[in-house]
Amino acid sequence: MTKEGVMAANRFGYGLLPDQNLPANPKLWLLAQLDSYSPSPAAISSQPTQAALMEELLNYQIESKELREARKDKANTEMLAEQEQGRKMARKEIRQVYFDAVEVRLDAARTTETPFAERLVHFWANHFAISTEKPQVSIFAGHHEFSAIRLNLMGKFSSLLSAAVLHPAMLTYLDQSSSIGPNSPAALRARERAGRERGLNENLAREILELHTLGVRSGYSQADVTEFARALTGWTVAKESDGGIQRRRPAARTEAGDPTFLANRHEPGARKIIGRNYPHNGAQQARAVLADLAVHPATARHIAHKLATHFVTDQPAASLVKRLEENFLATGGDLKSLYRTLIESPESWDVKAVKFKSPWDWTISAMRATGMKRLPDRLKIGQLQQQLGQPVWQPGSPAGFADRKEQWAGSAAIMRRFELANRFARLSANGVDARQLAVHLLGDRLTQNTAQVIARAESPEQGLALLLVSPEFMRR
Amino acid sequence: MITRRNFVATSLFTGGLATFGSSLAFAAANTDRRLVFLIQRGAADGLATLAPTGDPDHLRARGDFAVEASTGVKLDSFFTLHPAMKNGAALFKSGEATFVHAVASGYRERSHFDAQNILESGGLAPYARKDGWLNRLLPMLPDGRAQALAVAPALPLALQGTAPAASYEQSRAGGPADDMVQRINMLYAEDAELSKLWEQAVRTELMAGDNVAKGRNGTAEGQLAASLMKGANGARVLMMESDGWDTHSGQKGRIAARLKDVDDFVAALKAGLATEWNNTLVIVATEFGRTVAFNGTQGTDHGTASAAMLFGGALASGGKVIADWPGLATAKLYEGRDLKPTTRFENMVSGALAHHYALDPGRIRKAVFPDFV
Repeated sequence: MTKEGVMAANRFGYGLLPDQNLPANPKLWLLAQLDSYSPSPAAISSQPTQAALMEELLNYQIESKELREARKDKANTEMLAEQEQGRKMARKEIRQVYFDAVEVRLDAARTTETPFAERLVHFWANHFAISTEKPQVSIFAGHHEFSAIRLNLMGKFSSLLSAAVLHPAMLTYLDQSSSIGPNSPAALRARERAGRERGLNENLAREILELHTLGVRSGYSQADVTEFARALTGWTVAKESDGGIQRRRPAARTEAGDPTFLANRHEPGARKIIGRNYPHNGAQQARAVLADLAVHPATARHIAHKLATHFVTDQPAASLVKRLEENFLATGGDLKSLYRTLIESPESWDVKAVKFKSPWDWTISAMRATGMKRLPDRLKIGQLQQQLGQPVWQPGSPAGFADRKEQWAGSAAIMRRFELANRFARLSANGVDARQLAVHLLGDRLTQNTAQVIARAESPEQGLALLLVSPEFMRR
Repeated sequence: MITRRNFVATSLFTGGLATFGSSLAFAAANTDRRLVFLIQRGAADGLATLAPTGDPDHLRARGDFAVEASTGVKLDSFFTLHPAMKNGAALFKSGEATFVHAVASGYRERSHFDAQNILESGGLAPYARKDGWLNRLLPMLPDGRAQALAVAPALPLALQGTAPAASYEQSRAGGPADDMVQRINMLYAEDAELSKLWEQAVRTELMAGDNVAKGRNGTAEGQLAASLMKGANGARVLMMESDGWDTHSGQKGRIAARLKDVDDFVAALKAGLATEWNNTLVIVATEFGRTVAFNGTQGTDHGTASAAMLFGGALASGGKVIADWPGLATAKLYEGRDLKPTTRFENMVSGALAHHYALDPGRIRKAVFPDFV
């Protein structure tokens, strides 16, 4: 029983808190979390709304535009200095929004009573990865997870998919926000007025097919990618620079008040994608394609494999993947039912299965294990994850962070964890007996050797640091 | 421009070294040689890096961007190097740079992730191999000297495999005390995986010492690379990663900044290595190229063939552009949109390695790209 309890806490959660006991009925404990999960805990519900973020972004874009204009007038150096300061401040505010959101994410994970659900949130955030190199993405990064992912965590995959890919963070990150139907009214006008050619960008269309739904090498063609890109035109994010902010403010936009769809950019005409026809239907055209992709058998297989790989082991049993895939197909992508299948499958409880913790897993579980309420002085979670190689919402690639050992088990990464374990231990060793804590957290997974090395430590602090980098704690 | 036509594929990279029956064939590889592989992740636009300004279709195909390209340094009657690559142009002049165009692996789809997997594994299909070509090179180098390192938190696929290799990132806290090293040795005594990683981490920490660069610009990375490679105990094989090449929009400024980084990296590496530069080969390559035509957002989408770069003090074809140019006329493009590949990445690498280590090209290729026939 304790074996299953340890697995429930670590394989499917973020480890135990110091005062928390192993669940008496591990499966029921996990399943109950699916019902008690709260999409918007207090800290998250006080985060800025999408409209507020849009305003802030517009402010940044206005500052950027004014700076560009000030630069043209080289004589007026005072004006230029002022504008530079203005843009710098606007940029700083955006960074602050990002860092605040990362702190909120950390607190939610550190204190959660539904760690399995929290792990699912982070799994999907990485599946629908955005990356925050640009301020226009960074400002929406927290909102993407807190809204698109969290609010759709227990529903149908199709809802999660549309919410995640049609969110401003994704539309900007994968360049959809600047893709324009070459024969749309907006493109025709640009051509007439300024002789400028505006057109398609196929980035988002390709990554939806390759990464979010069907998976790579699942049979779609370049023509499907291009057609899908045409269907997606019109989905965009307000941008100040190409004219008329007022016109583009949410209230003035079209299509049932959706702030991210501009009908005049949409490519007219019916589309054919993976053998199916989609009539000309404005914003609904792309939604219809997404709805079909969401229940496609290749998507079921792709998601089943990723989910099993994330929770259980880098090479999940084919029987487990099949079980998940069949459930996904049978329910039309009902996520709660999929998670239940994962917990109820015997392969999920294979004692030999093991995962090397990602830096985020390791950090959260270390903070929970030691009961740390904050990070060591002057260390921010944003920087810390950067140092460990997993900056939050910044995998640098739409594929997200690779979910396997090779991504994390490097010698440099081990050294960073060692350094941080020392700092964590310095902060929280008071009153913690690492020998007891090791037994409490790891149960019968604790080896004789680790117990001995911890027991021989020269100080409580050193003992705790050794526990945090022990083989049993580096993996889950 | 040298064209590859009528040549054995690898001969230009080896400097005409015979493919068969070479007396060098089974000698030990030259020990002082150093190798750097810089991977450009995200698909670098070869047509921007090395513009075919002599191609009659260039101006039509690339418009404004062709005009900008012509402000770079003309390398020969046909190719012009991007204006951001000032050091690269100087190295080309002194015979310390070779550029290769219309190069690609055998991969013909357009997924970054599959393509990088093939570029690093050297396999024929995505995920068909678990080890990388750079790792398979290591056993051919004299034992003990072939310290291999990647500047990354964990080993990139190209360096994964059976030969030992480590990853390195600058420490923020100073190395661990000896006592703690011993304790962790004991903690990992029964864990083969972690004890190996820990041993490498400690060794690398000692090697880099205080001589490490700060920040993440090209110059700093070049200085860091040089400090990791210098001297008798320095790394003999080093892998560096560069990202930000996926220029779907606003390509002009973005690619100039990325190319300047590569350019600064090479210059700082050369300066840092001093005389050891003469024993160094730098290979710069990307997973695939980008569309010939610009898209609707002043960027380019995923394409096929791209350009690669070789730098070093002892190149076989220094000061030359190697390309069997396929042309930019629409009918000559791959699937009507991309630069058609005419040189295989695997041939380029095996040829360059053969020359660099004075090993038989056939033997190198068999060991490093065993699936490639």
